[in-house]
Amino acid sequence: MTKRDLVVIGNGMVGHRFLDLLVESGHGDCWNIVTFSEEPRLAYDRVNLTSFLGGKTASELSLASPGRYRDAGVTVHVGDRAASIDRRRRQVTSEHGRSVPYHALVLATGSAPLVPAIPGREAQGCFVYRTIEDLEAIRAWAARVQTGAVIGGGLLGLEAAHALTRMGLGTHVVEFAPRLMSMQIDEGGGEILRAKIEALGVSVHTGKHTTQIVSEDGRVSELRFADGGGLVTEMVVFSAGISARDELARDCGLEIGERGGVVIDDRCRTSDPDILAIGECAHFRGRTYGLVGPGYQMARTAVSTLTGGDDRLGAFDMSTKLKLLGVDVASFGDAHATRPGSRVVSFTDSVAGIYKKLVVSADRQRLLGGVLVGEASSYAQLLSLTQAQVALPPHPEQLILPRMEGGAPPLPGVDALPEASTICTCQNVAKGTICRAICDRQLDSVAGVKSATGAGTGCGSCAPLLGELLAREMKRAGKAVTNHLCEHFSRTRQELHHLVRVQGIRSFDELIARHGRGSGCEICKPAAASILASTWNEHVLDDRHVGLQDTNDRFLANIQRDGSYSVVPRVPGGEITPEQLVALGRTARRFGLYSKITGAQRVDLFGARLEQLPAIWRELIAAGFESGHAYGKALRTVKSCVGSTWCRFGVQDSVSTAIRLENRYKGLRAPHKLKSAVSGCARECAEAQGKDFGVIATEKGYNLYLCGNGGMKPQHAQLFATDLDEETLVRYLDRFLMFYVRTADRLQRTAAWFNNLEGGIEYLRQVLIEDSLGICAELEADMARIVESYRCEWTATLEDPAKLARFRTFVNSPEPDPSLIRVKQRAQARPATWSEKAHLVEEAVP
Amino acid sequence: MRALALAPEPPWEDVCALDDILPGTGVCALVAGRQVAIVRTGLALYAIGNFDPFSKAFVLSRGIVGDRGGIPKIASPIFKQSFDLRTGQCLDDSRVRVPTYEVRVERGRVLVHREPRPGEHHGA
Repeated sequence: MTKRDLVVIGNGMVGHRFLDLLVESGHGDCWNIVTFSEEPRLAYDRVNLTSFLGGKTASELSLASPGRYRDAGVTVHVGDRAASIDRRRRQVTSEHGRSVPYHALVLATGSAPLVPAIPGREAQGCFVYRTIEDLEAIRAWAARVQTGAVIGGGLLGLEAAHALTRMGLGTHVVEFAPRLMSMQIDEGGGEILRAKIEALGVSVHTGKHTTQIVSEDGRVSELRFADGGGLVTEMVVFSAGISARDELARDCGLEIGERGGVVIDDRCRTSDPDILAIGECAHFRGRTYGLVGPGYQMARTAVSTLTGGDDRLGAFDMSTKLKLLGVDVASFGDAHATRPGSRVVSFTDSVAGIYKKLVVSADRQRLLGGVLVGEASSYAQLLSLTQAQVALPPHPEQLILPRMEGGAPPLPGVDALPEASTICTCQNVAKGTICRAICDRQLDSVAGVKSATGAGTGCGSCAPLLGELLAREMKRAGKAVTNHLCEHFSRTRQELHHLVRVQGIRSFDELIARHGRGSGCEICKPAAASILASTWNEHVLDDRHVGLQDTNDRFLANIQRDGSYSVVPRVPGGEITPEQLVALGRTARRFGLYSKITGAQRVDLFGARLEQLPAIWRELIAAGFESGHAYGKALRTVKSCVGSTWCRFGVQDSVSTAIRLENRYKGLRAPHKLKSAVSGCARECAEAQGKDFGVIATEKGYNLYLCGNGGMKPQHAQLFATDLDEETLVRYLDRFLMFYVRTADRLQRTAAWFNNLEGGIEYLRQVLIEDSLGICAELEADMARIVESYRCEWTATLEDPAKLARFRTFVNSPEPDPSLIRVKQRAQARPATWSEKAHLVEEAVP
Repeated sequence: MRALALAPEPPWEDVCALDDILPGTGVCALVAGRQVAIVRTGLALYAIGNFDPFSKAFVLSRGIVGDRGGIPKIASPIFKQSFDLRTGQCLDDSRVRVPTYEVRVERGRVLVHREPRPGEHHGA
């Protein structure tokens, strides 16, 4: 078979997608494929260009690789722009003088940023924002200036503003229209968006027509507006829209749309049927399309056209969901209510910064579109409802109003959607396809669904729906996937923690009455006890809490195999006076307790009977000890080496730091136990890198390591921040610990929690250092409250006769438990084994 | 000791006040030489043997009280097996059952029957 020649001009996201789909279709072998890219690199993820500033490298953004193209038989000319098309001779000539013949030609030339004709726009310090090279130039300039202005308050303009704030510039957004993102959202949404963005320190100037760019010594210095006002700035980024790159098509006489773009039919054919156009350069049904979704659909249709298929373009879905400067913004369907008779329901919460609008049909039966600003978690579901056109519930406003207590979820579940409805609009994957893949390939994770179907690999906003479909299919196959706490709560620990905090719930009875069912169990009760303790810090043995506690917490000691308890007083940092050692020994001797040094630089006293615990603690407290919380899912020790005070290698006083940290976080109830250590130098004698939070001294301060673990699955802690002073160290730890307490699952150590965090250590840094979620102040305040309200639980218990009364083995007798029998071993007492004591206690066992 | 008793003892033993047991918790009483776990749920009072056949320790009264699918139960504090408070049946191992005792409240006092309910119970 003789191969035909195919030339693809442009290797952006859409050009790349086209080649990818063509090769995947198995028809790649029928063609000699040549592609030109004027940029000095192959296709990359332009949608996420801003993440280049967050440390992503060009290669991490890249979508294509030379090797992959080579394997597929695609010849690539990078950095060589196609300069002309000769339709008569059917060949393309490049800037570097290459002439390539074609049987079929695909234009994927994209678009260029529109630079408005403002006098002075040639000044140094004026930029556009489209390519990696643009971003590198902006970054180089930004390093020398303090302020920057973005002209254009649309989607791309706000992206650019985000980039400037990340470079540390005082950032302004100048918009001609009276509101931000006027293409996507309405006035109400624009107001909320503006307020949120201004709260992040970006100055927004709407209704401003820039008439002149003033420069000094050739460098930009000021913007002048039509209303006479002005704005001092050292940098300008134009982001006032895009225009299709249709110059090649114009020059060779192809039909061009009124406002630019190569006109195509529904099979992506231009006025010359041998030439196809796709992506931002194409003009279809009266307009061009600046989103990647429609571009990808055109790529699919073009492949179909070239391979004998009959795929046709329909109406494009221009729905979008983005996070702009950390603010969720979504717009879908007929967002501007242009359909005759359509009605609008909206909800505004200017305190929380949330705006939601739905456009419904005249009969209120169908959802036509909507706008979400500030909170867009229901986007995927609302979009599916719009596309599937299923009947709405009787009160569509319920879809956007905040959930009322105990109310049923207002959104019809994913079950209500027809099999053919699109779940992933980016990759055009239908619900039926996803369900079949889950079932046939026995998928058991959202990641698995993504790689098997491609769904969720675009913008990712359908991931919650994928999760729901997965849960539903797995349930159908008899597999469990829920992370619901237990049969009494259809919620995760994280959700319950949130509800307790925001609704001020102070008891388990209230929690289960409002959010659960039944009477609870050994799973949800201790989890609730921990949540309540880390939120309100009431004594764990208060009447309304005592029944929730695992036996260790309930008796403030650690139960052992025979039902006796061990006692661990706190020894902060492992520093102990000789007097305290003597006191410990005296108490152990008096009560006949087996003594052992623990791995956490403390002493554990074993074999205490339930009714002895108060007397033991009276002595220990008199000797200056307090509860060590060895019984709780709480901070255990902050272990330390001896540090610079004694050690000739130490560079910081690790003991003092460890004692300070231990005293600050002692008693904090967490999803699981917390261990910590401080090493005085890089020799790491305290083994801080195996702890939930570890600190290693440096010449300049402290390095902080997070989420390590010893035990069953050892895992090294991750280096989180370096050379911190002590105050910053404490601040980061406050935030980290509270964030973990709030968001981890029950009995999930920090290491497992970390392994499930999308984005890893970089994400933790964003949340805890850069405050990307805006919660750091709250986390610190929560921790401050816990620290202030700390009381030694044993001291408080000894002062309360009602609590003390529960420390008895038998409610009707002062006798000790006759089954606790001791045997001597190596000069100490150990519990008798069952065979040693069975004959003595069998009378008591019916 | 029971065999030597000269006069028949009354079959019920007064062990404590109802108020001594917080709803949602248990206590242990020594009844005719045996350890009995007396458990108070939100609505009812139950009594089962305090011996946990799995750990071979006398600890069931110190477990967490709750329900499984509506069955009132207590979970051993050692290895967490659950026991039906009404029947003593272990809900995690059909071969294991602990004894149960009749229990009632009179004028605010908790009375436990001295002998376990007749019926089979099996250790682990």
